[in-house]
Amino acid sequence: MPINCSSCETQRAVLRRPKTGHSVCKECFFRAFEEEIHHTIVSAQLFQPGEKVGIGASGGKDSTVLAHVLKVLNERYNYGLELILVSVDEGISGYRDDSLETVKRNQQQYELPLKIVSYQELYGWTMDQIVKQVGLKNNCTFCGVFRRQALDRGAMMLGVNKICTGHNADDIAETVLMNFLRGDIARLRRCTAITTGSEGAIPRCKPLKYAYEKEIVLYAYFKKLDYFSTECIYSPNAYRGHARAFLKDLEALRPSAIMDIIHSGENLSVKEDVKMPVQGTCTRCGYISSQGLCKACVLLEGLNRGLPKLGIGKHHKLHHKLLAQEPLSEAETRKLKSIDF
Amino acid sequence: MKCKEASAVLIIRVGDAFCRSCFKEYFVHKFRAMLGKNRVVFPGEKVLLAYSGGPSSNAMVQQVQEGLSRDAPKKLRFIPGILFIDEGAVCNQSWEDRERTMSEIENILKATSFPFHILSLEQLFTLPQTMLQMNLAEIPKRDGSYKQAVGSFLGQQKAQAEDGVSDAADRLTQIHIADNSSVECSQSAAFSRPAAEHTAALRDMFNSAKTLTAKQELLHLLRNHLILHVARTHGYSKVMSGESCTRLAVRLLSNISLGRGAFLPLDTGFSDNRYGDVVIVRPMRDYSLKEISFYNRLFNVPSVFIPALDTKASGNSSIQHLSESFITKLQADFPSTVSTVYRTSEKLHVSRTDTTQPKNQQDKCLLCMCTLDTHTGPASAFFATQKSQQLSEKKSLKNVPSAKDSEKQCCNGGQCCKESASCTNSVTGTQDIVHLLCYSCRVTIKDLNSMDKLPSYILKEAEHRTRRMEMRKEIEEFLLDDHSEDI
Repeated sequence: MPINCSSCETQRAVLRRPKTGHSVCKECFFRAFEEEIHHTIVSAQLFQPGEKVGIGASGGKDSTVLAHVLKVLNERYNYGLELILVSVDEGISGYRDDSLETVKRNQQQYELPLKIVSYQELYGWTMDQIVKQVGLKNNCTFCGVFRRQALDRGAMMLGVNKICTGHNADDIAETVLMNFLRGDIARLRRCTAITTGSEGAIPRCKPLKYAYEKEIVLYAYFKKLDYFSTECIYSPNAYRGHARAFLKDLEALRPSAIMDIIHSGENLSVKEDVKMPVQGTCTRCGYISSQGLCKACVLLEGLNRGLPKLGIGKHHKLHHKLLAQEPLSEAETRKLKSIDF
Repeated sequence: MKCKEASAVLIIRVGDAFCRSCFKEYFVHKFRAMLGKNRVVFPGEKVLLAYSGGPSSNAMVQQVQEGLSRDAPKKLRFIPGILFIDEGAVCNQSWEDRERTMSEIENILKATSFPFHILSLEQLFTLPQTMLQMNLAEIPKRDGSYKQAVGSFLGQQKAQAEDGVSDAADRLTQIHIADNSSVECSQSAAFSRPAAEHTAALRDMFNSAKTLTAKQELLHLLRNHLILHVARTHGYSKVMSGESCTRLAVRLLSNISLGRGAFLPLDTGFSDNRYGDVVIVRPMRDYSLKEISFYNRLFNVPSVFIPALDTKASGNSSIQHLSESFITKLQADFPSTVSTVYRTSEKLHVSRTDTTQPKNQQDKCLLCMCTLDTHTGPASAFFATQKSQQLSEKKSLKNVPSAKDSEKQCCNGGQCCKESASCTNSVTGTQDIVHLLCYSCRVTIKDLNSMDKLPSYILKEAEHRTRRMEMRKEIEEFLLDDHSEDI
């Protein structure tokens, strides 16, 4: 029996919204999905008219939908934004080169300018080379730290005022869970903020913060958006995997759980007397850092010295040696060299 | 091993082997240290031990006994009583089974020589409406610090000793609490079979919940009401609850998933003062379940197995159960999981509210009695959810300004949006209750088929609060400042 759309009550419903459980027609779903993002953008005052906004584009579903919706809303509501796609080429053959092709196609379809920054040009290392030295364990640490900075550097070259990333509600809820399980109170406090890094770095925002991953896929499916969907060929983050699996189970039990977790995260308040890391700048590259040397520089130093473990775990005591370009003692070298598989 | 003499009998963590007597010392010290460090239980105060029959609450009762015993080096100085609530009806147990459990419990409790109360959850249907109101006036004023209180207590004790009362136990019971309510040592009341209609009503209510998650949450909320009621009517100003740190880690994770993030410090902290006059304390929160199990086994502490709602349920039957199996599994792979989660919670505090200040009562959730967390700005998960609801429903509702108003209009106009059945059938519609609830309780209530199965003390109080709110709206323009009169 065909069900009518619960919103317009005239069209036949073609899908059930994962977020609310309502059966709606295609048009009403598009409208609701877009309006919700518009509501997020307006209520959190993400943009000012005339701003140049970089969209972090990976070619995956989230960033493809983000680029599409931002373009639509920018025209529909006259945000007055100049949109630019920014991509990072990590140098992973068989994965990123393919997804970058998707970004290039998107660029033509949406008529948006595109800037690609590569690890190779920024750091002199591709991910393929890094994995060769580091092994499959912990390589996500390198990729994650480098990407964060690479996106900022790319954005700086373009002179944008803000960067948008495609993080969705599932990602945020998962991060809340993970930071809670790891006891990372500083990140726990930051991770639900819709805009981050207002001082020093280029502000970043997440317009899809309240959009369910499943709805993003539905939107891309019905809009027939072109995106690239393959998991990274290098090992996925195991701990995040636990949190992800748990979140999926929760969502199956109660679809609102994702929003409920975000609500929890937004309303946590941290005691005043808890020590928080102080934000400073890296003495080497000038990027924001809570230490004297930023993580990217430490990792890079480790790679260049042939000590890949330097950036894995905490080795704050060695920072002064790194800064002074001093050689490490033999015992320290031995500890950081060995890679166990 | 500490004493380096006796041979070890157990290992708690890697490298932490204990002999029997060192373990006992360690365990007892932890309990005293927890109470000593936090200084919330005052000497001479009446304390109700919430007892479930399980390992943790048995260990807790045992620790209190130990601490009050004559030869304890640093005696505990409060006056204990024990409360057991029989929830058999919720799990569809027969009266015979429930009776058997209760007599088993009674035997254990009799052996403690503390006064105890055994109630059935059905008593919920006899609670007065005022139960959900804050008795701020009745909060005993503690003058001075904990130190002074201990000092004056010891002085009193000395004076009495000179009067010739020598037996320590007698002295304890004779000292009155600060608010001078007479110490009423309630006799162990024999359990009487609750009225059949109450048992049926209780079952009805739980059957109206569509999910096990909601059932468990509802049971937790209602059980707390009953504990609070017993504490109030018998003059207990503290309630001790025996959650272990393992249990609390599970509770933390499941409460985050249930949207109770704002209340984590209250729901899991050492002391929970949401009720104002009665404070919940959790003295067992430093023990892992493993330590408790070892202790109980080594020192023959009894415990009773009572089937609960999620007994025999599959691993992912409810959010609470799922959290439990998740934490247990993760703990096996990453042994620091429980302690990390628990430490994280220590760094949180109750947001934006000063609980010592008398607050407008309407700001408290009708069910969990926490300060409402729904006054968030428009850029929040709460509003984003409402927006999604509005956008997926009829277009006619699209232009109403705020969600609260839209709920009202839609119900008054007769064209009800969602659960039309519950709106027309019940005296108190869903919407009337919903705006009195915190975010998480709203989610729970959404899983109920009908509101009118809730005990009348809740429904009446909801009506009462709604009426007062409407009244206030009417006279708002004549009220001078933002003065919140007690409701």
